[in-house]
Amino acid sequence: MLRLMKKYIAAALLLLPALLICFPVFLILTGSVMDGIELGQYLGPVFGGGEGFICWKLMPDYPTFEHYGRLLFLTPSFFVLFWNSVKMVGCILVGQLLVGVPAAWAFAAYRVRGSRMLFALYVVLMLLPFQVTMLSSYLVLDRLFLLNTHRAIILPAVFSTFPIFLSYGGFRQIPVQLLEAARIDGAGEFKIFLKIGLPLGKSGLLSAIVLGFLEYWNLMEQPLAFLEDKALWPLSLYLPEISWTQAGFALCASFITLIPAAFVFVMGQDYLEQGIIYSGLKE
Amino acid sequence: MVYGKRARLSWRNKRRLPFLLFLLPSLCGVMLFVLLPFLDVMKRSVQTAVTGEFTGLKNYNVIFHNQAFLLAVGNTLRFTFVCIPLLVLVGLLIAFPLSGFKNAGLIKSVYLFPLAMPTATIVLVWKMVFYRQGFFNLALTKLGEMTGLWGTVAVDYLATDASFWVLVASYLWKNTGYTVVLWLAGILSIPNEYIEAAKVDGAGRWKCIRHIILPNLKGSFYTIVILSFLNSFKIYREAYLVAGSYPQEDIYLLQHLFNNWFVNMEFDKMAAAAVCVGAVLLAAIMLLQRLWDKEE
Repeated sequence: MLRLMKKYIAAALLLLPALLICFPVFLILTGSVMDGIELGQYLGPVFGGGEGFICWKLMPDYPTFEHYGRLLFLTPSFFVLFWNSVKMVGCILVGQLLVGVPAAWAFAAYRVRGSRMLFALYVVLMLLPFQVTMLSSYLVLDRLFLLNTHRAIILPAVFSTFPIFLSYGGFRQIPVQLLEAARIDGAGEFKIFLKIGLPLGKSGLLSAIVLGFLEYWNLMEQPLAFLEDKALWPLSLYLPEISWTQAGFALCASFITLIPAAFVFVMGQDYLEQGIIYSGLKE
Repeated sequence: MVYGKRARLSWRNKRRLPFLLFLLPSLCGVMLFVLLPFLDVMKRSVQTAVTGEFTGLKNYNVIFHNQAFLLAVGNTLRFTFVCIPLLVLVGLLIAFPLSGFKNAGLIKSVYLFPLAMPTATIVLVWKMVFYRQGFFNLALTKLGEMTGLWGTVAVDYLATDASFWVLVASYLWKNTGYTVVLWLAGILSIPNEYIEAAKVDGAGRWKCIRHIILPNLKGSFYTIVILSFLNSFKIYREAYLVAGSYPQEDIYLLQHLFNNWFVNMEFDKMAAAAVCVGAVLLAAIMLLQRLWDKEE
């Protein structure tokens, strides 16, 4: 009995910070269905320079979908940016799979001289932050006349080495004997990759997709640096452009930005966890 | 003998060809987009920005006497050295009790959720919480009223040196889940027999933790440090969205500086700084790897 109680107390203690984590979602959700005037009253002290503190209600007094209506039906620019985001994330992920998965297979299935060194180099490249490679990316994009196009964001991301590292984690789980057996049976190398590597090592590349989606849906540094034309920006840069007088509108846009990410999170949670664990594996 | 050698050689070649073919697209891309341009940056770091004359180490000399650069380096280091130990510790403190649960799934997913939250989504909430009249001060003031220890709290966290701690908090908020998952994987991979054996030998709970669990977690520890370090650079998103290109000076990070140099086209300084930061990171990564290898 005491043991059980202890367990419940521990669970409660662990859930407490968890509630703190959920608090922002709650604010965004309730705020997005709040009437503009009501919201103005609550937020007035913060952004209008009034007296007193911010306040909030669990349930809005005047729930409304006014903001959603305006955002979805009367704000075409929102859609432009939404589709920009979808396009960029989609192209990046497809490109990463086409380029990165075979590369990961090369590292996992073939040990040749120099492959370890090369892999170490890939790991270092994966760990370099954007700011260090910003100038070099700019120089090459400039020379290829890609600046201010979506390809300026997509192409460098396609050759990122992070998905290679994750897919490698999945491929490493395949026993070498299996590959040898297939070779003895006369299977070609490409066939082995397609028939053994991909089906058995798919957890790695799926986790690369999930982590990749969450990362690129959140894209900020690259478009800020390489896209001058605001009509090309992704959704993640739209929100800061909304002013405080339109808080409800902004909260509503926040919520819609969150939906695809939350969806991927819920669907791919196991792979997300797997991916985090793979990213911590040593080669 | 001779035959064996030849067979081995041809086997090597047989492997090398598919290895290269599978790797080729990626290798070309990395060469074109990362390695070659970085060589170009190294070259530029010893040239003037416009005319491209060779100037030796002058650019390096300039940045190391540049106030903004020194400030940014200091802040970035401070941020790193405050955040990473905190994150590692908080993650461990949560992962320990969690490892005893059979169904830790729900709690784990709640902790992981911030990772999925787009930064842009969350920035608005940060402002609502940390402005002078925001939720945080509201809670503090209420607490003060209840206990009678202090009166109204009216700190503007984003405009004073408290902004640094706001960044720390949002970093912890975002990355705790990641760390918990890694620690949990480490704890659960310790064979149960070790702990059982120690218990049979009469070790208490604390002794088990100290002498068996913690030493076995060293591998996880290095991983977590490297990944936390990598993620600490992404805090720029929050900092930029909350406070713009020129924030309060305690949160003026290297990332801001690079961005501002980029906007002003000061490529000579940028090249020198990129080489320096790259070199320091490389050294740090190698050092951690070396320590890690030694453990095994």
